[in-house]
Amino acid sequence: MAKDILEKPESFYKVFERKSGSNKLTSHYCPGCGHGVIHKLIAEAMDEFGIGNRSVFISPVGCSVFAYYYFDCGNIQAPHGRAPAVATGVKRALPDSIVVSYQGDGDLAGIGGNEILHAANRGENITVFFVNNAIYGMTGSQMAPTTLIGQKTTTTPYGRSVKNEGYPIKVCELLSSLEAPVYLERVAITDAKNVMKARKAIRKGLQNQVEGKGFSLIEILSPCPTGWGVKPVEAKKWVEEVLAKNFQLGVIKDKTAEAVPEVIEQKKFTSEEISKILGASKNGSDFLYDKPDVKTNYQNPRIKISGFGGQGILFLGQLLSQSAMRSGYHTTWLPSYGPEMRGGTANCHVIISNNRIGSPLVTETDVLFAMNLPSLDKFENDVRKDGLILVNSSLINRNVKRNDVEVLYVPATELADEVGNTKATNLVMLGAYAAKSKIFSHDCVLFTANETVKRKEFLKVNEEAFRKGMEYVLNNKQKENKEYDSVIFN
Amino acid sequence: MSELNLEMVNEDPNPVKKKHNARVEIDGELCKECLLCIEVCAPDVLKVSESLNKMGYHPVEYIGDGCTGCGVCFYVCPEPGVIRVFKKNKVA
Ligand SMILES: Cc1ncc(C[n+]2csc(CCOP(=O)(O)OP(=O)(O)O)c2C)c(N)n1
Ligand code: SF4
Ligand code: SF4
Ligand code: SF4
Ligand SMILES: [Mg+2]
Repeated sequence: MAKDILEKPESFYKVFERKSGSNKLTSHYCPGCGHGVIHKLIAEAMDEFGIGNRSVFISPVGCSVFAYYYFDCGNIQAPHGRAPAVATGVKRALPDSIVVSYQGDGDLAGIGGNEILHAANRGENITVFFVNNAIYGMTGSQMAPTTLIGQKTTTTPYGRSVKNEGYPIKVCELLSSLEAPVYLERVAITDAKNVMKARKAIRKGLQNQVEGKGFSLIEILSPCPTGWGVKPVEAKKWVEEVLAKNFQLGVIKDKTAEAVPEVIEQKKFTSEEISKILGASKNGSDFLYDKPDVKTNYQNPRIKISGFGGQGILFLGQLLSQSAMRSGYHTTWLPSYGPEMRGGTANCHVIISNNRIGSPLVTETDVLFAMNLPSLDKFENDVRKDGLILVNSSLINRNVKRNDVEVLYVPATELADEVGNTKATNLVMLGAYAAKSKIFSHDCVLFTANETVKRKEFLKVNEEAFRKGMEYVLNNKQKENKEYDSVIFN
Repeated sequence: MSELNLEMVNEDPNPVKKKHNARVEIDGELCKECLLCIEVCAPDVLKVSESLNKMGYHPVEYIGDGCTGCGVCFYVCPEPGVIRVFKKNKVA
């Protein structure tokens, strides 16, 4: 059915509220910019398919970074080149949504080359609009992977040379060698005919997704008058006469007809099931332990645990966090991975709080678990005044230098040896901390440890180690540096 | 699905003479003077205004007669809301 009036599509916001300045009805694009035309074609297609209320538009980094100002649908702005990964996540979590990954050539073919390759190879059921203007528009006309040979940019002032910068990347052709992609077409924003072809391709790309057919990518050759330093009408001609001669227009791959729509069976969990899987529960079930009364100084701890890789640092953090969860606290666990895993220093951050947690990163530290000397050296000064440092005195042969913090020296490795497993050092430390802070009930920690430890032969050792740590603190009250000065070192 | 009658634009040798019941509306305050619309308008019924808008551009305006309602100017215009094409000249 033909429309009688052509006007601003409804999938655009009526007013671009988030745009700064007084004019909230125009885009932020330069005069004659292809992005504007492409936005209009996408918005029109969203209108016609009636998918505005279930579309999620992933904006890239580049001139179209602000696409979320314009499209009246779900919006996410992804880090440079990562739109296909974000789109994958959204699509898999919300299979009914229509996910658009909108990307420039720097974004998609440059920094994000790897992302798009794998999203295409996985055949994600998403629609990618790849705006190829042969340049980095946003940052001031640097060479893009799609810049033509001989084309002058600020980073190729004498023109792109094959010897120096290689050949322009033909994204559609590259992806067409993969099995999974269903539809790859290259179109151009030039005259009426080509704009109408682009319109058709954009609609087909979205339709494929609506029908569950799989990965579609539309490459759109698009004028960037500003980046190319020419007037809009000349830019349009350059797309037609030069760019489109180097990047062949038309369908590069189309398996739409044979593509079998994917039937997504999303398992829906009840909140009880989710609680059970996570081992946490809301209202007084067997999983939930009461929050004990905690001394003000030990409330809402931001904890850093540090030691050798292999000392069970990350696992200790997990036990803390999961015990916190079972006691009804908010909690985060942030492991640091890396070469540490091969025997260097490993650390993790744990936050336990009565309140919601903004960032899982621990900088100012309330509680430090120093499992070895390098950890104490590294993190001692991050501990806040009146904070707590637990020192594994079996491996650390010096006192804490600070005199404005509370210190608990625990010969944890030796105590672990006493129960027959050096590796249980972490549980000794956990016992010591639990006894000191009383932040969870001991039953809760033991239950968590039993639930979490995979090899059941360790259960008994772990429990013994935990009790050793606890008892050590409870029976050695005199060893605490109450006034922070009577440091005992053994 | 609305389909444009591109043939009308591309093949009619003398489109102005034909009586079309269509018109175009341009919000001059939103026009950025890229001139892409003028370029594609076959009957040549769009022109640049002498006045300036608040953004400092000379906006495009409709000469008031001869629009075929082909819609091409709407699709090549990068701005979301400048151009409205009324294919049948309905009086609101
Ligand atoms: C991680 C990261 N690296 C580099 C940049 C700088 N940067 C911003 S936009 C851009 C290039 C965008 O070019 P393109 O994707 O072609 O988009 P266009 O502006 O041409 O539409 C770069 C390199 C950044 N913002 N983030
Ligand atoms: S620099 Fe180029 S791509 Fe960016 S808004 Fe301007 S014309 Fe468009
Ligand atoms: S719709 Fe636009 S391009 Fe077509 S005749 Fe009218 S003014 Fe010209
Ligand atoms: S295409 Fe749009 S912005 Fe460009 S001159 Fe015409 S009306 Fe103005
Ligand atoms: Mg670009």
